[in-house]
Amino acid sequence: MGYKAKFRVWRGEGGEGGLEDFVVEVNEGEVVLDVIHRLQATQAPDLAVRWNCKAGKCGSCSMEINGKPRLGCMTRMSTFSEDETITVTPMRTFPVIKDLVTDVSFNYQKAREIPSFTPPDNVKPGEYRMQQIDVERSQEFRKCIECFMCNNVCHVIRDHEENKPAFAGPRFLMRIAELDMHPYDVADRKDSAQEEHGLGYCNITKCCTEVCPEHIKITDNALIPMKERVVDRKYDPLVWLGNKIFKRPGSSASK
Amino acid sequence: MTQTTAGRPTGEPAQRKQRAQITARTLRTDRWWLAPAITFAALASFLVYGLWAIFDKSYFVEPYIAPFSSPCLATSCPEGARFLGLAPFGDWWTLPPGILILGLPAGFRLTCYYYRKGYYRAFWLSPPACAVAEPHKKYTGETRLPLIIQNIHRYFFYGAVLIALVLTWDAVLALRDEHGAWGHFGLGTLILWINVVLIWSYTLSCHSCRHITAGRLNHFSKHPLRYKMWTFVSKLNRRHMLLAWLSMYSVMLADLYVRLVAKGIINFPLA
Repeated sequence: MGYKAKFRVWRGEGGEGGLEDFVVEVNEGEVVLDVIHRLQATQAPDLAVRWNCKAGKCGSCSMEINGKPRLGCMTRMSTFSEDETITVTPMRTFPVIKDLVTDVSFNYQKAREIPSFTPPDNVKPGEYRMQQIDVERSQEFRKCIECFMCNNVCHVIRDHEENKPAFAGPRFLMRIAELDMHPYDVADRKDSAQEEHGLGYCNITKCCTEVCPEHIKITDNALIPMKERVVDRKYDPLVWLGNKIFKRPGSSASK
Repeated sequence: MTQTTAGRPTGEPAQRKQRAQITARTLRTDRWWLAPAITFAALASFLVYGLWAIFDKSYFVEPYIAPFSSPCLATSCPEGARFLGLAPFGDWWTLPPGILILGLPAGFRLTCYYYRKGYYRAFWLSPPACAVAEPHKKYTGETRLPLIIQNIHRYFFYGAVLIALVLTWDAVLALRDEHGAWGHFGLGTLILWINVVLIWSYTLSCHSCRHITAGRLNHFSKHPLRYKMWTFVSKLNRRHMLLAWLSMYSVMLADLYVRLVAKGIINFPLA
């Protein structure tokens, strides 16, 4: 059974704008993105929204629904009551291009700053031999669909624009953890995670994990393990002494 | 040779964009304040109880010793309460003996990755909840003093293991009656054993423990025993928050129970 829902949608360009009220039809089984599309089709043909797969796998339709970062295509209308006013706004952490579409180039910039997978010089492509248990930990992080909701919700940059140059955000700290845990990666990730990508800014309040649509345990499985690896390198004198005595060059993690 | 994933773009976007200008602190409509409020009340109640307990002198009654005062390491401790009969701090220590060892469990919980989340949200409002703006104008997190000290957590983990061993010993001694004969099993014994199981579960579920067992390795396949330990700790670690709360309240209730028995308020047979 359909009903008329009350929507408030943020509309504007370049940051200037405000919330506009709409009353729009909702049918059984629909998600928020369906309703946004109906708004486009019936009342606001110039309403801008980024979307692609409508299946929760492309990460395009990230937005904030009733203040929470969500994928529009994965937020069922049945989770709201019929008399509820649903507020839809663009992601707050990134600049607005138009309406619900944000400029997420901050994330691409941060991605470029991370050195790519770096195998040992003496291992050629085709010679990698890894067991499943050695790689499955980092395979969890490969589920990321780059919706950037974790970076959007992280208060380090959401509430403090000035931290953006120093902080890569959970998505890319997770990328660093993924590479650091890789059996064949030899690049030094620990010092750079702390000094260049701002791991120390994370105070593990777990909002990144809460909003992840892929249910990746970003904090428990990537950020905290990475923090512990940094402790090995920078803050643990016993590990430092062990490395000296047993001549473990360069790395605190036993490869 | 390390390479970056792609070349840098040739230029910045033609027009610099701004964030959406929304003045509301949050647009969340759910009761986002409830979880930090409960956390605040629960942690505050624990602190108030701890402050009272540390100065309360009724911490020992054969065969039980209150967990907040164990190990008892000063001459001022009753003879039966001394850990392994020792009093290494002698008689110069005149403050309550619980203060001597308070730092280890307190430091372990204070630097614990779960409690950090709890009190950063509930006490420091940084942030109070996800997508709710924090009130602070500046934020440097754990990059500098004093919060960079949180990195000491694994040393407190080692200390917490020692405390858990002591509490286990206390629970074993609680299997004796007040005359020292083995075979006693009172309500206090049961409470101390439940507490010690929860304390061990919380301690071993620690993220630092997970890292030490094998988390720091990149080749699990070369260390099958450590991998099994890591797998076990990882299972516990998924319930770290639950275990943190359960063990916090179990140690508080066990401590209170022993003190009530010592004061004679609880005095039924097999208490």
